[in-house]
Amino acid sequence: MPAVQETIDRVRKIDVDQYKYGFQTEIEMDKAPKGLSEDIIRLISEKKGEPDWMLEWRLGAFRRWLTLEEPTWARVRYPKIDFQDIHYYAAPKSTPGPTSLSEVDPELLKVYEKLGIPLKEQEILAGVQKTEESELEEANDNVYKSGRVAVDAVFDSVSVVTTFKKELAQAGVIFCSISEAIREHPELVQKYLGSVVPTTDNFYATLNSAVFTDGSFVFVPKGVRCPMELSTYFRINEKNTGQFERTLIIAEEGAYVSYLEGCTAPQRDENQLHAAVVELIALDDAEIKYSTVQNWYPGDAEGKGGVYNFVTKRGDCRGDRSKISWTQVETGSAITWKYPSCILRGDDSSGEFYSIAVSNGYQQVDSGTKMIHLGQNTSSRIISKGIAAGFSQNTYRGQVSAHRKAANARNFTNCDSLLIGDQCGAHTVPYMEAKNSTAQFEHEATTSKISEDQKFYVMQRGIPEEEAIALIVNGFVKDVIQQLPMEFAVEAQKLIGISLEGSVG
Amino acid sequence: MLEIKNLHARIVDDGTEIIRGLNLTVKAGEVAAIMGPNGSGKSTLSYILAGREDYEVTEGDILYNDQSILEMDPAERATAGIFLAFQYPMEIPGVATMEFLKVAMNEQRKARGEEPLKVPEFLKRVKEAAALLNMDMNMLKRPLNVGFSGGEKKRAEILQMKLLEPKLCVLDETDSGLDIDALKIVADGVNALRSPERAIVVITHYQRLLEHIVPDSVHVLYKGQVIKSGDKSLALDLETNGYAGVIGEAA
Repeated sequence: MPAVQETIDRVRKIDVDQYKYGFQTEIEMDKAPKGLSEDIIRLISEKKGEPDWMLEWRLGAFRRWLTLEEPTWARVRYPKIDFQDIHYYAAPKSTPGPTSLSEVDPELLKVYEKLGIPLKEQEILAGVQKTEESELEEANDNVYKSGRVAVDAVFDSVSVVTTFKKELAQAGVIFCSISEAIREHPELVQKYLGSVVPTTDNFYATLNSAVFTDGSFVFVPKGVRCPMELSTYFRINEKNTGQFERTLIIAEEGAYVSYLEGCTAPQRDENQLHAAVVELIALDDAEIKYSTVQNWYPGDAEGKGGVYNFVTKRGDCRGDRSKISWTQVETGSAITWKYPSCILRGDDSSGEFYSIAVSNGYQQVDSGTKMIHLGQNTSSRIISKGIAAGFSQNTYRGQVSAHRKAANARNFTNCDSLLIGDQCGAHTVPYMEAKNSTAQFEHEATTSKISEDQKFYVMQRGIPEEEAIALIVNGFVKDVIQQLPMEFAVEAQKLIGISLEGSVG
Repeated sequence: MLEIKNLHARIVDDGTEIIRGLNLTVKAGEVAAIMGPNGSGKSTLSYILAGREDYEVTEGDILYNDQSILEMDPAERATAGIFLAFQYPMEIPGVATMEFLKVAMNEQRKARGEEPLKVPEFLKRVKEAAALLNMDMNMLKRPLNVGFSGGEKKRAEILQMKLLEPKLCVLDETDSGLDIDALKIVADGVNALRSPERAIVVITHYQRLLEHIVPDSVHVLYKGQVIKSGDKSLALDLETNGYAGVIGEAA
């Protein structure tokens, strides 16, 4: 498969320990002073031109947050965060609200160009040609279809550009920044915001509710199949700035949408805070596919710097026969604390969680999922692949529960860990709880090490050591890569190769 | 092509010396059989030729085309044209055989400064080679060696050997675990690779394989040394009289 070759090429070009997206950009910023108070929240709300109900919602969350304590149950260790030492709002000065690419600060566009994000619609339109390679790719179960992607780009605290808006609008799909949605579609936001992750949910989600600055909003009306992939790229640029994005996706009856988020940040010695909340709502017969390629700066080889990633993601299969699928490729961040979950409320609803978590250097990952079976005949599937290298710690933490009325709930869980080297750790912490005797839960877990035998065998065919490891790892994660939208599967494979750079020897 | 001079080698972990002053020369175009009882160091020799790190060469040298290869890692040796057909090929989950072949072939081409193979050309070569070995193309879509039968694994080894076009082929107990039909197919595959530019070292416990791959020379390995060399009749001797006679002679 060409992707492996590309991984190899890409890895070769990079010096050890060089985070590709670590550049920072000098853009004139409009920043709130450091610290968190009701005044700061009022300022954020005012900057965003929000209605009063939104401000009240934020303030309510903030008051609640003041009563909460940081959770300590995850297997991650980091110094105490000073929440008063962070800017809660930073925006490039030239925005508010560009309506087309030509109105966007060219410096900003350069940033996205460097990130390889296809903002220019014509590039996206070009798509991927189906070529003579198709026969081979078929052999590899990996046929890349041509496709187009609508992009929303979020820079620090604001969304700077959203593409393909018109075409989406024709289909009845709303895809815009959450700030815009609050102004333009308040009835939808009011109805659904906080209905999956309430403002009282947990320390970080509550903080996010108080100070969230931007994020994406997607609404797919009844019976509509969203005509293209939707995608958001998040970037933290400013120093000492927290990124608190809020994403809300609603698929009405029979609707379908596939959404992808990507994230990067500059290379800095200080730690940056990222605390996002994502809420998904699927009504009867609706399906939402949510994919993440998370590549926040992981810190340097000594473990200095890097993003603290505390994220609450939850999907509500509110309707019967609804389906929510999470796929994540986690390669970045110094600390990852993230459990994309599904509430299987509707009868016959199903939830999926496919995850690849790669940790290297001194990264700490504590990630997994929750599958909460409430409705009848609900099913869930969890496939988690953890890869630990260097001095990293990689934990899968999952919960599967069937409530009293969840007759015939079914779950299949498979957690595999792969260790590279002998200084890293992999941990699996599954909780299972069935309050209904008809529930069927299955759990499989393996931990393996890339064996010297395997590596020797691959190298004996002329494949150099790093490429040999990349090949074996790509094989290990294949089940999950296949769940990603075609356009991003290749990207994800490259990223995994890059993340493991320097893990050998 | 291959010249092993007074080679001494031991296991890194526990220091056990396995190869103790081994001398062997194999010329281009030659098929050399290495025979010997269990524990004589046959498989170890194949690993050392391929550059496995678990073994440490303490004395002597291995020359390949007059150059020492001791400082080269396994991938560099492979790229230089040394191929080892494993006695126990490793399973590589999630990596389709076809994909593996393509990566390996193109890595070697890249190391030689050649362009990667165009897909149609690659497919053509694979199809031809697979047909010769009586292999189903569908099998090549499966992850390499995962769930392959013993015979399928050995055939997959020969397929790789054929496609990578090595100059020095080392076959480690390629006959083990094969029934007679599979043995014949594998032997035909190897025979098709015989050429004046290529040397083939066949490591085997039994004479059986040598009925199908007729060697130019036969060397008996015992306690890490070649204790006797001869032509193909030596293999027949061993078949009839066992190793005891040869060992007794040497001692």
